[in-house]
Amino acid sequence: MPLIINMKDNIITLAHGSGARLTQKLISSVFASTFQMEELSDSFRIEPGLVVTTDAHVIKPIFFPGGNIGKLAVTGTVNDVAVSGAVPAYLLAAFIIEEGFPISDLQKIVTSMQHAAQEAGVKIIAGDTKVVEKHNAEGIYITTTGIGYLPDDIHLSTQMIKPDDQIIVNNYIGDHTIAIINSRDQLGLQPPPLSDCAPLNHLIQAMLKASKVHFIRDATRGGVATILNEVYDDCGLGIIIDESTLPIRNSTLAVSELLGMEPLYMANEGVIVSFVPAQYYDLLSVMGASKYGENSAIIGKVTNEVKGVYLKTPLGSLRPLPMLNADPLPRIC
Amino acid sequence: MLNKMFQNNDLVHKLLNRIARYKEDIRIMEVCGSHTMAIGKWALRKLLPPNIHLISGPGCPVCVTPPSIIDSLINLRSVTIATFGDMLRLPGNNGTLEDARAAGLDVRIVYSPLDALKLAKKNETIFIGIGFETTIPGIAHTITLAHKQNLSRFSVLPAFKIIPPALKALLNSTEVNIDGFILPGNVSAIIGSNAYEFLPREFDLGGVVTGFEPIDILSAINMLIDQQQNNSPKIENEYQRVVSPAGNINAQQAINQVLQVQDSWWRGLGYIPASGLGIRDEFRQFDAIHKYNLDISDQQPDTGCQCGDVLKGIITPPQCPLFDHTCTPANPIGPCMVSSEGSCAAYYKYER
Ligand code: SF4
Repeated sequence: MPLIINMKDNIITLAHGSGARLTQKLISSVFASTFQMEELSDSFRIEPGLVVTTDAHVIKPIFFPGGNIGKLAVTGTVNDVAVSGAVPAYLLAAFIIEEGFPISDLQKIVTSMQHAAQEAGVKIIAGDTKVVEKHNAEGIYITTTGIGYLPDDIHLSTQMIKPDDQIIVNNYIGDHTIAIINSRDQLGLQPPPLSDCAPLNHLIQAMLKASKVHFIRDATRGGVATILNEVYDDCGLGIIIDESTLPIRNSTLAVSELLGMEPLYMANEGVIVSFVPAQYYDLLSVMGASKYGENSAIIGKVTNEVKGVYLKTPLGSLRPLPMLNADPLPRIC
Repeated sequence: MLNKMFQNNDLVHKLLNRIARYKEDIRIMEVCGSHTMAIGKWALRKLLPPNIHLISGPGCPVCVTPPSIIDSLINLRSVTIATFGDMLRLPGNNGTLEDARAAGLDVRIVYSPLDALKLAKKNETIFIGIGFETTIPGIAHTITLAHKQNLSRFSVLPAFKIIPPALKALLNSTEVNIDGFILPGNVSAIIGSNAYEFLPREFDLGGVVTGFEPIDILSAINMLIDQQQNNSPKIENEYQRVVSPAGNINAQQAINQVLQVQDSWWRGLGYIPASGLGIRDEFRQFDAIHKYNLDISDQQPDTGCQCGDVLKGIITPPQCPLFDHTCTPANPIGPCMVSSEGSCAAYYKYER
């Protein structure tokens, strides 16, 4: 029988960076096992009250409607700190820049970093810059590390999640991905859709003040569906999402039909998924009062009725919403 | 869109009630991958009674593209390969285009053949021409544009397939057991509903040209049940808002101007006479097979993949011993697991 050579196991492919199953596999088989990490986490509590997290940012195009790589590098890390319940305070930033990159573009990127940091109330305190030869990088990559203070009384964890918890998102799903695809691949949508890229720490703090919250996660790579699956893997409780309640723009639905990609698997940069005890039904109005919570919606619940993550279609039928193995590919026609 | 679905919810349940009155077993093949996806997306199988068997047919263009198409490309250098996204993970005999890209091949995902034409202004570019009647007119048109602009760096690797001969081949094979067809909506918009008249004439089987909303699919099932009950197989058109009996004549002409019918190899189904399209001699300079002397003669590796039987409706994907064991979307053994429209991928995603 002829051998099928599967190069995927020998070299890194883009699928390893997609945030889906292959990324998890890579992290657990190479990084976590070598570094002897107990948890596959991107943030860590160094000591009681102190949280640190780090994130590398690469994006094409570097400037996109609604933001640029600099804004993203700040908001992404601020949000990573904030979803742990901590108050983000400081950022460190490291830049890898391709020879020939215009300084005026760099200035624009750094200015948006400063604006985003001011809005989030964090200080950028240190950094590093390396320049690599032309063609050895594509434009600019930014890695940011965030530090935040975690109040004593805040304990967010998948282990806190209980049956009947309501699942809440704060914003339209899929906007960031649609904005990026539209500008990178010149789909020509008018007006160009905007990325949702935003610092969500103030929103999260307002939520924690108003209500008990069990767990929060930002729905970046892999989207809302991937987070729900990670939660299920962690705590073993079933999840049912109600498709008719999902906040998704009609334009997003239209583009995603065309490309055969589901919004629930699209990366966001301004969407958090929260698990909140059922009795805190007025949290939506608190979230709605925040600039980045105006489109908040309860999208589903935690339940013992099912094992796994399911979507209830508007027809009432249930279909599984599994974790994907790699980024979905846009399909033919 | 969701609102619209809500308004239609009543109708959906009326249609389901009507279907439920029929107690006999009926086996219906949805030919087109987009129907397979829609059935999964709405979890329609969960709403239908067990005597209604929906079988996924050969209508996923990526799935039926043979490995040789990939094999012929992965060792090329100093040429850009432009392709629709879901070809990227289609297994060849020596890995996928995604693997080849990681090893240095310049592979670009495009959304339209016109994007490939733009790439060809700078680099030697091969566009992988896959698809059924829906996609083909656009690619044929692109070849005429390249001809007009004298863009010598552009070429197309023709791997086009046409649906009616495949249905015929399927029905000529003794193993298939089907009572009626849900016929493609988009393909039929080009070729017209008349193209299926051979089904009742030659095979005594009916079919319904169908749209992609739950109501379309459930209506088609009802129509096929009626045909079965009245013993009157015929071609009906549920998708009249898009499909006419004669189809889109302009698109048909665009195809015929550039492409001609030829025999073709379908992955999983084998060799089917007059079931593909090649590039006419007048446009030969844009034929990548000719230009790069590509070898696309087919040797099927024996991987144990049963896509052929899945496509013919003889087994459902979970009946393949490799399904969800060695064959998953991350490591697809067969083509039906690759494309988002493939039967095995649709089962893996929605019906496990
Ligand atoms: S599960 Fe995989 S190996 Fe089996 S028929 Fe489907 S694609 Fe082929």
